[in-house]
Amino acid sequence: MSVVERPTPPASGPAALVEQLKGGLDAPICLTWELTYACNLECVHCLSSSGRRDPRELSTEEAKAVLDELHDLQVFYINIGGGEPMIRRDFFELVEYSISKGIGVKFSTNGAFIDAEKARRLASMDYLDIQISLDGTDAVTNDAVRGDGSYDTAIQAMEHLRDAGFGEFKISVVVTRHNVDQLDEFKALADEYGAQLRITRLRPSGRGADSWHDLHPTQAQQRQIYDWLIAKGDNVLTGDSFFHLNALGEEPLPGLNMCGAGRVVCLIDPIGDVYACPFVIHDEFKAGSVRDTGGFSHVWKQSDLFTELREPQSAGACASCGSYDACQGGCMAAKFFVGIPLDGPDPECVSGHGEQAMLAASAGKVDVPRPMMDHSKPERVAVTLTRR
Amino acid sequence: MLDSSLDLHPQVALRPEPFGALAYHYDTRKLVFLKHPDVVRVVQSLSDHETVADTLAACEIDERRWPSFDKALTSLYESEMLHERR
Repeated sequence: MSVVERPTPPASGPAALVEQLKGGLDAPICLTWELTYACNLECVHCLSSSGRRDPRELSTEEAKAVLDELHDLQVFYINIGGGEPMIRRDFFELVEYSISKGIGVKFSTNGAFIDAEKARRLASMDYLDIQISLDGTDAVTNDAVRGDGSYDTAIQAMEHLRDAGFGEFKISVVVTRHNVDQLDEFKALADEYGAQLRITRLRPSGRGADSWHDLHPTQAQQRQIYDWLIAKGDNVLTGDSFFHLNALGEEPLPGLNMCGAGRVVCLIDPIGDVYACPFVIHDEFKAGSVRDTGGFSHVWKQSDLFTELREPQSAGACASCGSYDACQGGCMAAKFFVGIPLDGPDPECVSGHGEQAMLAASAGKVDVPRPMMDHSKPERVAVTLTRR
Repeated sequence: MLDSSLDLHPQVALRPEPFGALAYHYDTRKLVFLKHPDVVRVVQSLSDHETVADTLAACEIDERRWPSFDKALTSLYESEMLHERR
């Protein structure tokens, strides 16, 4: 997954540094913490298949103990998500506790719980950043993915933040086949609200496993994204998530161009399980739990999985491809959930190698892994009421 | 930059790492890698000395390396990780 929003490589020799980062750090640079699986929405591409709260979710005290640990590890900031994190009753308590410990917070929200009063409260806090998720610049495009009414909800939250003088919040867009033509409009929308645009890559994770084939950008659109980022991406954040596109041109996209999973980033899920990154909620990528003896630090420093991820990775099927240095074989999560081996090509490989690999997987030679921890709401069954 | 009086910005935190350090600016939310332990040493000593040149001398940095330190500190200054002492 992405490493950090916009790391500035050192003036000289970023290659050596990247090699060191691949070997892992004593603590994550930043980490994602999904606070709850509960959500008011049911986006079709939800990475964590959120919907219903899990009864095992961390208590306020447990969450604070994790924050104490992160403070000791000198983690500078955390990305809070969900589910919808603001659903948690202790949301403000935890955010305020984190900030008081010197851990900056950026949280992702669909905006449903940001009314005028909450916007003022958020605006009064330092070291706090907000990402409003929006996947279309009009209701039709957005709501097809995020659900009816979610566009209006997000826009209303953005208005509240602007009116409260929050300053530069983020508008966070997952780029799909259907909104890729709106990149200029997203940028204009962000400018209109004094916000910063952030665009990230769609992954076949969570419910995204089912919607990915309909939503992920076409080969031609991949180039469109790359060209747009090169031409207009100067003040646009990407979470370093498009490094698989670097094989498209001479000029690499800004960032470290490496997968940070288990090396410099990780995910803590709502029940305290620690995964290599937010896009791989699956037992194969579970390193342990913050509830284990030794807590998060032990998992980060000692787990077998993270140790393995920090060892030099094989280029595998991509070894003979001249673009491997540029794209690094792409995203581990994207391969995993379409059934491509981890040393195979990215499903969105810009040279088209992913197509063949996916065909091989779908030909029945491989069991495509299913995402785990499904907290989707049960399907509504239409009930016919009859008069007695 | 060598004649300037610089300090680490008060909103910047340094985290030691095997390669040097990570520097994080809480206001701009920028993250920068200090890629060499000597750069970290110099940055941490800036406030003890009048000028950058004084700091480099006190940290016993070979003068042949000063241009590269000048460059590194200039880039840190431009990204607001360092600021001018008043």
